[in-house]
Amino acid sequence: MKNLGWTIVLGLAALAAVLAAAFGQDQLYQTHAWILAGVTAIGAIIMLRQVGVAGEGPGDKTGYMDDPIRYGVILTTFWGVVGFLVGVVAALQLAFPELNIEPYLNFGRVRPLHTSAVIFAFGGTALITSSLYVVQRTCQTRVLSDNLTWFVFWGYQLFIVLAATGYLLGSTQGREYAEPEWYVDLWLTIVWVGYLVLFMGTLIKRKEPHIYVANWFYLAFIFTIALLHVVNNLSMPVSLLGSKSYSAFAGVQDALTQWWYGHNAVGFFLTAGFLGMMYYFMPKQANRPVYSYRLSIIHFWSLIFMYIWAGPHHLHYTALPDWAQTLGMVFSIMLWMPSWGGMINGLMTLSGAWDKIRTDPIIRMMVIAVAFYGMSTFEGPMMSIKAVNGLSHYTDWTIGHVHSGALGWVGMISFGMVYFLVPRLWNRKQLYSLRMVNWHFWLATLGIVVYAAVMWVSGITQGLMWREYDAEGFLVYSFAESVAALKPYYILRAIGGAMYLAGGLVMAYNVWMTIKGKTRDEKPIVVAHAASAQPAE
Amino acid sequence: MGLLDKHGAIERNATLLLVGGLVVVSIGGIVEIAPLFYLENTIEKVEGMRPYSPLELAGRNIYIREGCYNCHSQMIRPFRDEVERYGHYSLAAESMYDHPFQWGSKRTGPDLARVGDRYSNEWHVQHLKDPQSVVPESIMPSYGFLAKAELGYKNIGDHLIANQRVGVPYTDEMVANAYADMTAQADPEADWEGVETRYPKAVLGDFDGDPTKLTEMDALVAYMQMLGTLVDLSAYNAEENYR
Repeated sequence: MKNLGWTIVLGLAALAAVLAAAFGQDQLYQTHAWILAGVTAIGAIIMLRQVGVAGEGPGDKTGYMDDPIRYGVILTTFWGVVGFLVGVVAALQLAFPELNIEPYLNFGRVRPLHTSAVIFAFGGTALITSSLYVVQRTCQTRVLSDNLTWFVFWGYQLFIVLAATGYLLGSTQGREYAEPEWYVDLWLTIVWVGYLVLFMGTLIKRKEPHIYVANWFYLAFIFTIALLHVVNNLSMPVSLLGSKSYSAFAGVQDALTQWWYGHNAVGFFLTAGFLGMMYYFMPKQANRPVYSYRLSIIHFWSLIFMYIWAGPHHLHYTALPDWAQTLGMVFSIMLWMPSWGGMINGLMTLSGAWDKIRTDPIIRMMVIAVAFYGMSTFEGPMMSIKAVNGLSHYTDWTIGHVHSGALGWVGMISFGMVYFLVPRLWNRKQLYSLRMVNWHFWLATLGIVVYAAVMWVSGITQGLMWREYDAEGFLVYSFAESVAALKPYYILRAIGGAMYLAGGLVMAYNVWMTIKGKTRDEKPIVVAHAASAQPAE
Repeated sequence: MGLLDKHGAIERNATLLLVGGLVVVSIGGIVEIAPLFYLENTIEKVEGMRPYSPLELAGRNIYIREGCYNCHSQMIRPFRDEVERYGHYSLAAESMYDHPFQWGSKRTGPDLARVGDRYSNEWHVQHLKDPQSVVPESIMPSYGFLAKAELGYKNIGDHLIANQRVGVPYTDEMVANAYADMTAQADPEADWEGVETRYPKAVLGDFDGDPTKLTEMDALVAYMQMLGTLVDLSAYNAEENYR
């Protein structure tokens, strides 16, 4: 750890310089800040190469590059807890508006921080980390380049820090899930192209004849996100030394481009990428082969083909032309089938090993993830039907839907991945505590159930109150009355979120103790009472 | 299953997988988005649309900066209850100069597409400073700091140029007068002739209750007071504009 201090100093200096550059008033000041940022960042990266915070594991002898993966597992856990915490804060702000602290911690700035922390910091780090682990194992080869791997890994983390600080300071493009301004987008583009080159290069130098199915999904995630990110963020900066830019598109075209991006951030970031995770870690943990090879081919191609069309369902009954809305609805409904193809392939992988749901809390976590995937990919097509959407759009129902997907599917499969990787990466015989995994499972699952159920009630209440007429033909409720009616649900939602956060903290403790090499003195999950349970002969 | 057997070729060739995948994911976007740029009926024919005045544009940037779109939509759907609550349903033409669009996706607060001219400037300022003082049920954060923050935007002309480059029909005259127009719109002492001719229907006068200072509050209220007021909806023909 000899260079740790210097690395931190240089890293902080680079960050301060970038912030100074982004918010500086005159051009000279900004130019200097950028130069300083570049120099300190390069210095930090050089130093970082020689620091070993995460320690060494068995991978280093196998020829795989596992150092960034160890950092990645720690950061996935860290960003998860941060993202959930900000979510709970945002939820409480909606229940108790006094908790807004103007200007930096008002809900309008906190909410993008929450969504980006969960999607890009937690989800993105989980995807980059797991994809690098999986591609090396399934290709039986080391990554294409060590330096490129470090660049992609830390470059992505820099993107997260720039985006997050930007939101709180008021730098945003005003596009959901694509809030970072043009210069942060450019940086992410460079990092992402590096990621694509790294992943493709590793696939090409593989020693296995076949490319394993998990890698198809990871690759589709990487190239599609590249395409979406570049097109949706096309914009005209006011000045090369100012943070503000104006979108290249306007109005209705801008809206569809944004939701083409927004829905496929769900489709490729939060679905395809995590399906890649499922296709490696579930069979590994269950010690069973993937259920159907043919199903994986059919559902892979149909999923990536159909997802792209589904964007207009975010714009039902808006000023988007009807033909585009209808097209989006039709493809959204069809999307149900390939989605469930993936769910069936994941669940049926447990054929012959169903007992593990009882004995292995990590498998249980992965199974509930796939179950929530199935649930949300049924709910999504249903909500994309125009008649349903007329009620659900603009309400909390949408928020509930997103969270059953994000907390249930994305979160749970990532937790399973973390629990699978930690003992292997640090060469420990087992996790610190399996019982704590069990605790995490129940806290998270019950948290999601509370959250989703409350949001259904709240969303439908909202939708119905807005359209309620009395016998004389007058609207019954003012908007403010509908806001007041939701307060109990907003409190309950925060409780559900807090339970999920508590589960995350349990995981963080478990991961930390496992890395330290401790094991908890506890009773095994399954008490061996099988002998006495047999019927008498 | 002859076709599926051939899939082996793709599984052995990473480049084929990449190219095949890219082709498959490109089709939907091209078929759905590209026509919006050339089909002439995508944007309705209306009267009254103009680019934002410099003060409105600055106000809109504050609206975006504060993340108002996280809770407020600007898109009224053609339902009886929405039209009665908020006014005529929104037209694509009304956001044709919006870079970016701010239609929103969530109504934690009410729709703002036609909030212009509905409340007084005083109401808006009071509401932004302390929302619960005028709407007790409100869960909106307070934005009192806007009234203390000087507007800045010395380079508002550059903002108009950036908009020009992405297709907003700002004239060179508008660019040249951008800063003067921005300050004049909120100054009761100023000569309004230039602003009025360049930006018809712009709301003129002091907004934040302090005519001596041009603040972010002035800009935001000026923006909100014009929302949804530009297009002459009585002249709009829904049948002719069916898409």
